[in-house]
Amino acid sequence: MNTFLKRIYRWVDERVELKGLVDYMGKKYVPVHRHSVWYYFGGVSLFLFIIQVVTGILLLLYYKSGEELAFESINFIMSKVQFGWLIRSVHSWTANLFILSAMIHMFSVFFEKAYRKPREITWITGMLMFFLLLGFGFSGYLLPWNELAFFATKVGTDIAGIVPVVGKPMLVFLRGGDEVTGATLSRFFGFHVAVLPGLFTVFLGIHLLLVQRQGMSEPLHIKEESERKSMPFFPNFVLRDLTLWLLVLNLLAILAVFFPWELGKKADPFAPAPAGIKPEWYFLYMFQTLKYIPGRLWFLDGEVLGILLFGIAGVLWTVVPFWDYKSSRGEQNRLVNYLGLFAVMYIILFTIIGWLA
Amino acid sequence: MNQQPETPYQQTKRDFLKIVLSGGVIAFLGAVLYPILEYLIPPKQAEVEVSSVKAGKLSEIEKDSGKIIKFGTKPVILIRTTDGELRAFSATCTHLDCTVQYRKDYGTIWCACHNGKYDLHGRNISGPPPRPLDELRVVVQGDDILISKKA
Repeated sequence: MNTFLKRIYRWVDERVELKGLVDYMGKKYVPVHRHSVWYYFGGVSLFLFIIQVVTGILLLLYYKSGEELAFESINFIMSKVQFGWLIRSVHSWTANLFILSAMIHMFSVFFEKAYRKPREITWITGMLMFFLLLGFGFSGYLLPWNELAFFATKVGTDIAGIVPVVGKPMLVFLRGGDEVTGATLSRFFGFHVAVLPGLFTVFLGIHLLLVQRQGMSEPLHIKEESERKSMPFFPNFVLRDLTLWLLVLNLLAILAVFFPWELGKKADPFAPAPAGIKPEWYFLYMFQTLKYIPGRLWFLDGEVLGILLFGIAGVLWTVVPFWDYKSSRGEQNRLVNYLGLFAVMYIILFTIIGWLA
Repeated sequence: MNQQPETPYQQTKRDFLKIVLSGGVIAFLGAVLYPILEYLIPPKQAEVEVSSVKAGKLSEIEKDSGKIIKFGTKPVILIRTTDGELRAFSATCTHLDCTVQYRKDYGTIWCACHNGKYDLHGRNISGPPPRPLDELRVVVQGDDILISKKA
């Protein structure tokens, strides 16, 4: 058997020169230091992405889009299809853990200043993937066509519609009309299973290629050559990665079994919004902020101001490698630390307030 | 490459070709993108313009209650006050498009999404709604309740 595998390897190697790549991976090292633990969240996010692809494809086998079919088909998946409840619950739970893990990954990279030269492109592709994740969350939320999803989509797209100039056409584009209807569901379904995964895969490919090519970034405080410690990527780091993946899979199984995702009530465009309605936790802090901005400020609509501020903050955050010159020169930049700390505390605080409200 | 300076004739020829080619590329992109962009805009559906609907029987609607009525494709809220007066408003919250409901305990019209409140004349009295709800006309014919748009 072993010789057979070797023959296959030689057969491929003769044609595509695999040896160079294998040698490269064999020589790859991962830095070891007191912040090494943060390196694992990128890998965890990747694992959660793989789970989403697999469970997403499985759900596609039974899911039907359409006002009269969507809710019923998820109901069918959860009550009739063998282990359908499990697949759907895992998909929903993974979506939430994925965004959480991507956030942890993003903030750890931010505080380590790992985005600094020469890793600007890795950071940008990561941020683009993060925005796509929010899009995945928002579009996927509507697909079961339940009451909560219906109003969440109404509010979410209505907020998009507030944006000056491009707002209204964007609202019509997103909704597939003036109102949230079956047309919106069809569009969101298309975004969720085709447009977003396609884009995401491209950015993920670039992101991973760069991580492999450039290796892991080391924190700024490690200056001395004698301080440097490392472990081989293969097998030491990979095995640690896989152990963590296994733990995450267990966590998902526990969550999916003991806290199955609910389907709720079918959306009814002629029913009032249910009491206690809230957006998903990862949108909650923005939502809560909008509540505190007065209806009218100077010449601006309160909501427009809120959206503009979040938009500007998001853009500045995304292009941080291009204005944080100090880190790229290898110097400490305290301002970036304070901004990052402010962002983390703001998000946590407003999420809690929104959750309790 | 040819290192000799270009003659004026060669230069104008080059400029001419640049314009023709770049113009061609732009025209090509336009021809490809225009249909795609147009395709993204959903066609206007021929909507039946509803001017009035039957909202049920007066005897079936209790005092101090509210009910959502289909008014074409839009929801309308029909309120019967404690005095027995009937009023109807657009049920679409003027804030962010949620559907409002009647809250007996508050005695107001309430939006669950962001805690917006309107009094029973549809006026926004608390929370984020920027405008009052549009009012509709309610007519009672015998036991039938008719809701229609205000002229």
